[in-house]
Amino acid sequence: MSGNTHTLDLDVAQALALENAQQGSTLKLDYRFELQRREFFKLLGGGLLVGVCVSSLAQESGRKGRPSEENLPTSLAAWLHVAEDGKITVYTGKVEVGQNIRTSLSQQIAEELRVPMQSIQLVMGDTALCPFDMGTFGSRTTPVMGPRLRNVAATAREQLITLAARRWQVSRDALVAADGKVTDPRSRKSISYGELSRGQELVTVIPDDPPLELPKDWRIAGTAAPKVDGRAFVTGEHKYTPDMKRPGMLVGKVVRPSAFKASLVSVDSAEAEKMPGVTVVRDGNFVGVVAPDEPGAMRAVKAIRAEWKAPQQSSDATLFSDLRKPTSEPGETYGMNPSHVAGSVEQGFASADKTLSQTYTVAYIAHAPLEPRAALAEWNNGKLTVWTGTQRPFAVRDDLAETFHVSPDNVRVIVPDTGSAYGGKHVGDAAVEAARLAKAAGKPVRVVWTREEEFTWAYFRPAGVIDVKSGVRKDGTVVAWRFDNYNSGPSAIRTPYNIANQKIEFHASDSPLRQGSYRGLAATANHFARETHMDELAHAVGMDPLEFRLKNLQDSRLAAVFQAAAEKFGWGREKSFPARGFGIAGGVEKGGYIATCAKVEIDPTSRDVAVRRIVAAFECGAIVNPDGLRNQVAGAAAQGLGGGLFEAIEFSNGKITNAHFADYRVPRFSDMPKIEVVLLDRKDLPPAGAGETPIVGTAPAVGNAIFAATRIRLRSMPLVPRGLQKAG
Amino acid sequence: MSLALLVNGIEHKVDAAPDQSLLSVLRDNLNLTGTKYGCGEGQCGACTVLLNGRPMRSCRTLASSAAGKSITTIEGLEQNGRLHPVQEAFLKVEAFECGYCTSGMIMSAVALLKQNPSPSESEVREFMKGNVCRCCTYPRILQAVRVASTRAVERSVEQAR
Repeated sequence: MSGNTHTLDLDVAQALALENAQQGSTLKLDYRFELQRREFFKLLGGGLLVGVCVSSLAQESGRKGRPSEENLPTSLAAWLHVAEDGKITVYTGKVEVGQNIRTSLSQQIAEELRVPMQSIQLVMGDTALCPFDMGTFGSRTTPVMGPRLRNVAATAREQLITLAARRWQVSRDALVAADGKVTDPRSRKSISYGELSRGQELVTVIPDDPPLELPKDWRIAGTAAPKVDGRAFVTGEHKYTPDMKRPGMLVGKVVRPSAFKASLVSVDSAEAEKMPGVTVVRDGNFVGVVAPDEPGAMRAVKAIRAEWKAPQQSSDATLFSDLRKPTSEPGETYGMNPSHVAGSVEQGFASADKTLSQTYTVAYIAHAPLEPRAALAEWNNGKLTVWTGTQRPFAVRDDLAETFHVSPDNVRVIVPDTGSAYGGKHVGDAAVEAARLAKAAGKPVRVVWTREEEFTWAYFRPAGVIDVKSGVRKDGTVVAWRFDNYNSGPSAIRTPYNIANQKIEFHASDSPLRQGSYRGLAATANHFARETHMDELAHAVGMDPLEFRLKNLQDSRLAAVFQAAAEKFGWGREKSFPARGFGIAGGVEKGGYIATCAKVEIDPTSRDVAVRRIVAAFECGAIVNPDGLRNQVAGAAAQGLGGGLFEAIEFSNGKITNAHFADYRVPRFSDMPKIEVVLLDRKDLPPAGAGETPIVGTAPAVGNAIFAATRIRLRSMPLVPRGLQKAG
Repeated sequence: MSLALLVNGIEHKVDAAPDQSLLSVLRDNLNLTGTKYGCGEGQCGACTVLLNGRPMRSCRTLASSAAGKSITTIEGLEQNGRLHPVQEAFLKVEAFECGYCTSGMIMSAVALLKQNPSPSESEVREFMKGNVCRCCTYPRILQAVRVASTRAVERSVEQAR
């Protein structure tokens, strides 16, 4: 047990590598299948059960070790059950963290199964009931889980038609499935799915083939279906992890070290131990308390005097030079191709009329999910159940199993719909802490991190340094592109512009802070550098920034969102002047195309920058739920203002020095511009995810608008943490 | 210490520690978990409740100081199975993503509309700037408050007739 220093073996590049990895699952289909089959029919009664089975070539897996071609196992990815009363229950390891997939997945199931959405219940993120899933990140739910569930639902529908045909002794061809019933239009007989399922114990496992109905024929998917369980969120009824209780439950708290990398020298807990109902747990570097309630636990923590020894550590003042130092683990590329080369950059530079070399930086930022990291753990006869808000329930299960030396089969992780994550809830720190304390207390224990713990002991979006050197011809053709990213990550590192000579490299560094996934990963940093630099090049050759981008672009989907955003925004209709500027930026990542236009105003006396208007045009193939998508795109564009304008983690010698909302500024109502979203619905293309990519356009569009107004070029995110004057 | 708290119209006798916050008493003693912990510093508004109709950060309010006052939480808005117009408006325009800030947002909006039934957008922004939505669903929340205020205005017009 290493307490709060549980190693985070997942940094941003690794997360990406995992995302791209085609590793096999160690789940054995037959074993798992038989177990679940029995469990299911016991749990749900008879009926119809359809599972979708994924060959590991297509399977995302978090397991270590790459299986060879020969021993590729197959595994289940989702289950659908049609009960004898017609209720549909679907099991998926994905989790709901506010991205609205409980609704969009239900729509797709309803679409194929031809049932009303209300008859569907999704069981999500429960490791005992749901088949293995690598996790909910990388905008993978819509493109990967969506088609799988459509496939399962379509198979169930066809089986129900077959059952009806058999029962009526008619050919199945003329039978119609609709509204939870199968009907024979000739005899006008009809029978409900529930009745057809009665007395059955039918099990089918299908391969993961592309789904059937085309988006253009959708009737339920593709519509603005209201959020499933929406009412529970406006009444306060919904139980997030911190709201959960178990009989006899106690409250746990961890005594945090004085600084990162600190080790415990001594601890005096005598006073705390005298408090009624308080247990103090010490295990290696871990010191925690269990108390009957939250205030009691807080008092006990305050009463403990712990002495820590921490090594001298660096501060944010030297961050960007520190990140340029080569990593102590050379050769570590996290399974990524470390560089991309096309043509010859040397020749490209030689043929350029102008060259430009600039450096861009991004700060560490915190996810600061409003629901803090939390877990409720309960041990029963050596078996552990943990409720926790995580994006990777199966990884947390395995982490718990490893930490407590029990089989993963004896650990169950359940994820209630969670109060956001933004990439911040990939690990199970709170789960491990709660489980350790529950083990000591012999009772269920709930741990909820304080805001200060959140800002300190969670991980951060990586900081980074990006060098861009480019060459351009007088006519605006970019002919050379050299792009070096230190530490922030390789997501969206490649340029979507058509440049003949490129060299693009990601360089791993030793991060002074714990870092990991964040909404969009490094796509935000890479777009900030690239789209700021493109703007600089446009100005260098005296071209309009939009025209310059379109000139260098062959990707018609990206060009289409640029044009759509520009049209809505009225790009070029007004000229920028010192108190008002207009900027544009865009890009493509994870199958989503974004273009963002921004209007900023600069107060002539205070030099405060206010973003007044954002237009975000987004295209991600066929739209599953336009209302949900609009909400995601607008929210991402607005959240991008935080990291774009003022969010930055400050640190010194192993401590976070702004670990409170009073010191770490997040976007508020007062920061909100008018936000307009333009959606391009490509019904001819499969849907891609949308939770991440719309965030990437905001910062460069705003920075470019500030330049257009003031001729001050800002190359660091956040752009104006202390207003414009001190930022330049 | 023993306290008598009037919560959502019902008097509760609770045994609270002298340093216990109203938030903790609501959540831990009374199991009213609709009111959320977001920061414990009065900076995010997730814990907003009404004290005699005025919005308060329950995380920074001692439970003892709420004795004798009328406390309204998110659970107290619904009347006879009918949502409060602000709840209805939030649901109708889906003014949430993850929903964790929603209780506090709704309580702040209820307080605002009580004292100003038809606020301008800048008045809404000013009044609600202490409430954080990390999903940044702010435009939808503004829309929901607008919808709720329109309804409130319609209703008062109806009543005047």
